[in-house]
Amino acid sequence: MLEIKDVCYEVNDNGEKKVILDHISFSLEDDILAVITGQNGSGKSTLAKIIMGIIKPTSGKILYNGKDISKYDITKRAKLGFAFAFQQPVVFKGITVKQLLDLASGKENSVTEACHILSKVGLCARDYIEREVNNKLSGGELKRIELAMIIARDAKVNICDEPEAGIDLWSFDALVNLFKEKKGLDIIISHQNRIIDIADKIILLKAGKIEKIGAKEEVMPHIVNQRCERLKEGE
Amino acid sequence: MNENTKFILEQVSGLHDIPQAGIYNIRENGKLLARNIDEEVNIISKKDKDGIDIVVKPNTKNKSIHIPVIVSMGGLNDLVYNDFYIGDNADILIVAGCGIHNTTDKQSSHNGIHSFHIGKNCKVKYVEKHFAFGNAKTSKILNPTTEIVVGEGSVFEMETLQLGGVSFADRKTYAKVKKDAKLLIRENILTSSKEEAITHFEVELEKEGSRVEVVSRAVAKDKSKQEFNSIVIGKAECFGHVECDGILADNAEIISTPKIIAKSPEANLVHEAAIGKISEEQQNKLMSLGLTKEEAEKVIIQGFLK
Ligand SMILES: Nc1ncnc2c1ncn2[C@@H]1O[C@H](COP(=O)(O)OP(=O)(O)OP(=O)(O)O)[C@@H](O)[C@H]1O
Ligand SMILES: [Mg+2]
Repeated sequence: MLEIKDVCYEVNDNGEKKVILDHISFSLEDDILAVITGQNGSGKSTLAKIIMGIIKPTSGKILYNGKDISKYDITKRAKLGFAFAFQQPVVFKGITVKQLLDLASGKENSVTEACHILSKVGLCARDYIEREVNNKLSGGELKRIELAMIIARDAKVNICDEPEAGIDLWSFDALVNLFKEKKGLDIIISHQNRIIDIADKIILLKAGKIEKIGAKEEVMPHIVNQRCERLKEGE
Repeated sequence: MNENTKFILEQVSGLHDIPQAGIYNIRENGKLLARNIDEEVNIISKKDKDGIDIVVKPNTKNKSIHIPVIVSMGGLNDLVYNDFYIGDNADILIVAGCGIHNTTDKQSSHNGIHSFHIGKNCKVKYVEKHFAFGNAKTSKILNPTTEIVVGEGSVFEMETLQLGGVSFADRKTYAKVKKDAKLLIRENILTSSKEEAITHFEVELEKEGSRVEVVSRAVAKDKSKQEFNSIVIGKAECFGHVECDGILADNAEIISTPKIIAKSPEANLVHEAAIGKISEEQQNKLMSLGLTKEEAEKVIIQGFLK
């Protein structure tokens, strides 16, 4: 069980206090698929990074299986079983796909093992294993490698920030299946109906607050509402 | 050969001992330790000054030549001139380098002046490794100067590595690149404590179709200092690209001065320089895979200097 308790995040934006997350509380059971959704800038990525320990909240607590992990750094959370896929994959210099996969799985993968992981994200492994994870890879390729690391980690809590962004429609089913099959708690940030469709729990954010949380049937009308409002604003 | 000498030899040339075969010239403490030549590659000691002439016959293929220098004493200030004459169509690898082991309180230095005369349509790879260890307080100095003429249609690839222990290094590389010739330079330098490393490149792209690509990667830690200067002059239809990347930590300093001079409207010259501390994003990513902050830093720097 992952519990987020009264999390706030404020930044100093040119001398002015800016509230990015405003008293966020919810809990997620193990082995469910949770989707965090909401408009651009609503605070989704910030919330995900706070769960992983990449950003320190201004106030509030995070509990995992009853234990307060608020003070744990990224490494400690990773060792506890948390994995994270960035919205904008990080690129390196001189570090290969294979090396990252090995670090992610905590062991040296055989070429067959590495290929197996990469094939699950739709990459033809032999072309990629020795490639450097740098800007020469396309956006979609980087996103897939980011996901491959999630598979390699085999973690208990998988936080994926818009894993479908930049992935072509052809691979979408495979991606959906990947999350359906995955064990553990999956927290996916997404705007996509097809991902929202398979969620056990949906958290809808609006301007740093939880607008609605619950099962698809309860939350979907609010999502539709938000989208309509946006359309009207655009008119 | 004692253990220290063997260790240095392995560090700078990858050789474990005096080889049984192959082409080599091993210099220790200013004297010739061992040499082997064959009918295609001749090595001759200079008569007028200290140093050697390395003469590679045209059409020599797939040969490697090892010419390591070992300085294993204090108070030695070695100066040596090496000239390479590479015949047309040769395809060779040259592994040079210098290792200093100095446990005394007297400074040691090695000044190597290398001149490359590359014929037409050659492929030459030149690897130069520098490293030093011993008494931390004593200066261990390396000043390599490399002059290169890359002949028509030839490719010259130079790889310079300095991965620690050298208190002071002043590297100078001067190159002239002829028609349709290509010069590729990759330099990796890591400095720590109070070490200082200066690099100076001057490349003239003389004729049409000439090309140079310089990639310099610098990591400076503690109170160390690095300086990177490069001048690329394009005199014809040519291409030049200089990339200087630095990672800076602690109280270190990196100065990068890339300069490009175009003397022809057909010259296409680019330089890029970026210096900064280790990327927090990269560190966060690796920590999210379970590495500690220190482990992440090590992986990032190793990749950067690969
Ligand atoms: N350090 C910061 N300083 C100022 N503003 C910030 C900072 N970090 C985040 N923000 C702002 O907080 C808001 C939420 O950002 P966040 O990246 O969490 O949004 P998001 O919901 O993930 O959006 P998207 O759908 O576009 O990915 C944005 O308006 C962003 O500009
Ligand atoms: Mg986001």
